[in-house]
Amino acid sequence: MPDGASALALVFGGDPALYRIVALSLYVSVAAVLLAALVALPFGAFLALVKFPGRTFVVVVLNAFMGLPPVVVGLAVYLLLSRSGPLGFLGILFTPHAMIVAQALLVMPIIAALTRQTVEDLWAEYREELTAMRVTPARRVTTLIWDARFSLVTTLLAGFGRAAAEVGTVMIVGGNIEGFTRTMTTAIALETSKGDLPLTMGLGLVLIVLIILVNALAWGARRVGEIRAG
Amino acid sequence: MRAPISDLPLAFDGVSLRVGSIDIVAGLDLEIHPGAPTLLLGPNGSGKSTLLRLAMNLAQPTAGRITWGRRDQPDERLAMVFQRPVMLRRSAAANVAYALSRSDPARVNALLARVGLGHLADRPARRLSGGEQQRLALARALARDPEILFLDEPTASLDPAATKAVEDIISSIAASGVKIVMATHELGQARRLAGDIIFLARGKLIERAAADAFFSMPQTPEAAAFLHGDLVI
Amino acid sequence: MNLRFILALAFAAALNTFALAQDKSIVVASTTSTQDSGLFGHILPLFKQKTGIDVKVIAQGTGQALDTGKRGDADVVFVHARAQEQRFVSDGWGVKRFPVMYNDFVLIGPKSDPARVKGKDVETALKTIKAKAAPFISRGDRSGTHSAELALWKAASIEIEKDHGPWYRSIGQGMGAALNAAGASEAYVLSDRGTWISFKNKGDLAILVEGDKRLFNQYGVMLVNPEKHPSVKKKLGQQFIDWLVSSEGQKAIADYKIDGQQLFFPNVGVPGA
Repeated sequence: MPDGASALALVFGGDPALYRIVALSLYVSVAAVLLAALVALPFGAFLALVKFPGRTFVVVVLNAFMGLPPVVVGLAVYLLLSRSGPLGFLGILFTPHAMIVAQALLVMPIIAALTRQTVEDLWAEYREELTAMRVTPARRVTTLIWDARFSLVTTLLAGFGRAAAEVGTVMIVGGNIEGFTRTMTTAIALETSKGDLPLTMGLGLVLIVLIILVNALAWGARRVGEIRAG
Repeated sequence: MRAPISDLPLAFDGVSLRVGSIDIVAGLDLEIHPGAPTLLLGPNGSGKSTLLRLAMNLAQPTAGRITWGRRDQPDERLAMVFQRPVMLRRSAAANVAYALSRSDPARVNALLARVGLGHLADRPARRLSGGEQQRLALARALARDPEILFLDEPTASLDPAATKAVEDIISSIAASGVKIVMATHELGQARRLAGDIIFLARGKLIERAAADAFFSMPQTPEAAAFLHGDLVI
Repeated sequence: MNLRFILALAFAAALNTFALAQDKSIVVASTTSTQDSGLFGHILPLFKQKTGIDVKVIAQGTGQALDTGKRGDADVVFVHARAQEQRFVSDGWGVKRFPVMYNDFVLIGPKSDPARVKGKDVETALKTIKAKAAPFISRGDRSGTHSAELALWKAASIEIEKDHGPWYRSIGQGMGAALNAAGASEAYVLSDRGTWISFKNKGDLAILVEGDKRLFNQYGVMLVNPEKHPSVKKKLGQQFIDWLVSSEGQKAIADYKIDGQQLFFPNVGVPGA
């Protein structure tokens, strides 16, 4: 990225390096949320519907994990994926794949915890009806998740917000490699440490605008969906 | 074609449901047989809803025993319509399809037509009126091809026009051979629909009789008071 | 189902765009000061042009870079801490150490120079800073710069790790962060010249001591030992090392300038480097 250029000039000037960074940030965080959702949505629904010994403990720990420090997650994943670690053979350390996995782990608790709450509330409403219809537990999970889909969009957005905003995880497992694993947040951290404060503020603004855009899009999709599904 | 297992007669033997220190229902001894609709009649809080839920196997008695066709577990040809049915967040047709064990669009359309909702198949179910939702709940219940259909005050929150529409459908369902067991606190409805009456008050079975006999010659003071329009507490 | 298919397709396409260019690439663990100087931005495109090899640089502190090499997460290690590099090789983690280039350290401080160290030799300057308890920022991160700083205190007969007061602030971060901290607290700091020249937040800071032979900062490059980590790309890694020490690579290094100033001085083959 050219030194001293303001970030806005870069955006309008179509700097390919900036576009690549923005694209990677979106790709990593969106993929991480989708991957996390695959696990966390059913798990959260399961927690809401099934009473088992130790459930309260699991719920408490899950809620606590919403606040897992990103650097800690980054470090744990780094140790797992290092060539000297148990999953080193995968060879994905310092690549976007590792960043996606690490961020997915980071946002799983928040998606699961919020899903649990949403599904629990919906189950209170649906319990009698679904029990009367003799719906199997597995089908209850999918039915509740589908019927709660609009609230769950907000949950996914919460996960996306956490992923897109963090820097500790992706810095450690991605390595901030220029043109390869550099995201908006790691670029901001780098340029700050190089003392290029106007550039970092510009980058920060771009990041915020991006997050707002994603939220607006999701909110729009939610409204359209709600109107159509009643 | 397997020999149909029947859940009738549905028998309550000394059934009580106690919550905390209160008996919601106590000492219920009754049998429900195939035939014309059985209406559960009684003031609010008399235990009608609880009785239905026990019969539907949604709740377990704390004392006594319930048998379905002389067995301890029902055969699953039971269906229930609640006073405020829960509509799934999808179209009316999809709600009915949900209750089917396998995809059968023709059957869905037939069921919708039967309850007069054929023209609203693609409408989001939550945007139907109260009466339409009640009819959709009926269609959904019928999708399970039930032997017994339980209804918990299905017209309590509906206006007279919607009430008539629902009652007509219930009558046609009864005529097609489905056993109707329905709770109501509304005398006129009981007169219109009942084949026989189970009259409850304060969680106890007060009187049990064929409809004609009950309405013309109530045997108990509570039943007489209720028919007279007095408050029964 | 249609929508899901499209989404899956889009996802797969995105996956491919960001796909691992595993074919021709190596991972080089180097230091933040080297990266911050902009050297890699200059020489790596030349290397790629010649060999088609993508060099992915992970910039960390020297200690961390060597650790990354030990773990087998990098193919090549390129740092500036001679003693630690030699131990890296003798411990079997690296194949062989090649000296590549040097740059120098400079002592930075506020233009007003409250401790009056300007123009002195580095030993005297450090002694004065300690005597006057002038604020001093240390990187404190096991980096090459940090090691050099500690060595300089030692040369001034000061056991700085045991014998310092609150004027000595160890921040555990990279060179840029240290310069930021020095600027913000009107403190002295040891920096490599490259980072200093490209640093954009100089504020009131200036070079106060330079040119002292003891401020010499030697860089070495090593291939991570494939016997310890079979996943190391030894052919491609060796190509990079060979290029760095070749006349072409050395020229590329010497050609790198900021504001017309050369930052790094190639010195392959210089004895004792």
